[in-house]
Order: sequence, then structure tokens, then C-alpha cells
Amino acid sequence: MELNAVTIGFVVFTIFTLGGGFGVVTTRNLFQGTIWLMLSLFGVAGYFVLLSAPFLAAVQVLVYIGAIAILITFAVMLTRSVTRIKARYVRLVPSFIGSLALFLVLLLGITIPIFGGQLPESAPEYVATTRELGAALVDENGYVVPFMLASVLLTAAMIGAIFIARDETT
Amino acid sequence: MAPLWMYLAVAAALFSLGVFGVLARRNAVAILMSVELMLNAVNINLVAFWRYSETGTDLLLNGYAFTAFVLIVAAAEAAVGLAIIITVYRNRRSVIPEQAVALKG
Repeated sequence: MELNAVTIGFVVFTIFTLGGGFGVVTTRNLFQGTIWLMLSLFGVAGYFVLLSAPFLAAVQVLVYIGAIAILITFAVMLTRSVTRIKARYVRLVPSFIGSLALFLVLLLGITIPIFGGQLPESAPEYVATTRELGAALVDENGYVVPFMLASVLLTAAMIGAIFIARDETT
Repeated sequence: MAPLWMYLAVAAALFSLGVFGVLARRNAVAILMSVELMLNAVNINLVAFWRYSETGTDLLLNGYAFTAFVLIVAAAEAAVGLAIIITVYRNRRSVIPEQAVALKG
């Protein structure tokens, strides 16, 4: 792998993603945890750029960093008085062993096909653009039904969230 | 470009971090944040496989569109999950899932 902009970007985004993820699962202060989460999500958005999916990178920044991280920040602040829990973890050792075992199994599954030459080394030159994705989303031979279902799901989730979180005493 | 297995390795590490967070953290908000990490790991995998798959002359958008739908479902999940956490906190003054035992038989 030669040293170029893509390689440097990959290393930087790897540090962002995994460092942020590590911060999320280890930090004591949950407010700092949301900052780590934003860093991790930003790294994932960088991967999307490297994988020539700029639309997904933009959506990642808008929806995840712009909306979900802010929503989590609000939840942290609304449940503030009990976030000073002394113990961060429950079942620490079995969870650590379990997730480490899962990681090793996944890594084994990734590395074995490398030696058989079954994983592609380079991506094809031709790649679909955002314009083609937009056309496919409303194409009747494409994804118009899941697109409509997603709209219904978002509406239902919004109504459900309002209904669940509503304070019935007022 | 970086070979495919590097993306898969990063996604596997991120997913394992998320699994660890879901299993080990006590605070429900932290658990939800770990779930978001797992969803992002899956998204990296989907986009990477989509990018490296041989499409030939045919236009294949399945991975791209599927990732967009995963993002939508993740947004819905976060909204409803945080609403549930806030309601549980209001009723029980606790964000520890082990203490929300009202439905326990």
C-alpha cells in the first residue's frame, strides 16, 4: 500500500472511529461520551467518502452527528441527576471476554479468505453516483416501496416518541 | 485504495466495541450509544462490500440504498429508544436497565 492521500485518510479515520468508539464505552462522564460518539461517527463519514459514497457521508453528518448525537445529549442532560453512578460497568469481565472472542472470530473470518485470494484487492473503476441513487429510489423497478415504507416508519417513530415521552400529569 | 479486508477489520473492531458497551455499561443511554456504534460498523461493511463488488456494466445500487435505509431505521430507533429511557427515568428515577423490572414475572 503506497503512501498517498487515501492511505493517510484511512489511517486518520481509523483513529477517529476506533478511538471515539473506545471513548464511548470507557468514559465515565456520559456528556464526554457523546463527544466521543460524534468523533467516531465523523470517522465513519470519512470512510464513506473514501468508499465513494458522498451522499451517505453527508447524510451521516446531518442525521447522526446533527440529530442523533444532539438527541443523546438531551437525554443525558434530562437524566442528569443519576448519571453520577459510581460503577460504570456491570458484568465487566465476561462482557470483555465475550466481545474479545467475537472480535477474534470476526478477524479470523476476514483474514482466512485473504490467503485464498477470494477478497478483491482493488475496487472497480465504475461506481454509481448520487444521481443514479436518487433515480433508483423513486423508480418503480427500484426501491420505491421501501422508500415509502421508510417514510411511514419515520412518521410512526416520531408520533410514537412524542406519545411515549409525553408527560401525562400536565 | 485500501484493500477490502482493512475496512472489514475496522468494522469488526467497532462492532466488538459496541457489543462490549451493550453488555457491560450500566447506563441505558450509554447502551444506546453502543448500539449506534454497532449500527455504524454494519454500515461500513455494507458500503465496503457494495464498493468492491464486481458490477460489470450493470448498475447495482443495492448496498448503497440498503445503507440509506439502515440510517433511517437507526434514526427511528434512537428517537423511540431515548423517549423510552426518559419515560422510565421519570417514573422510576433510574436509567439502569436492571432496575426497570415492572414487567418482570
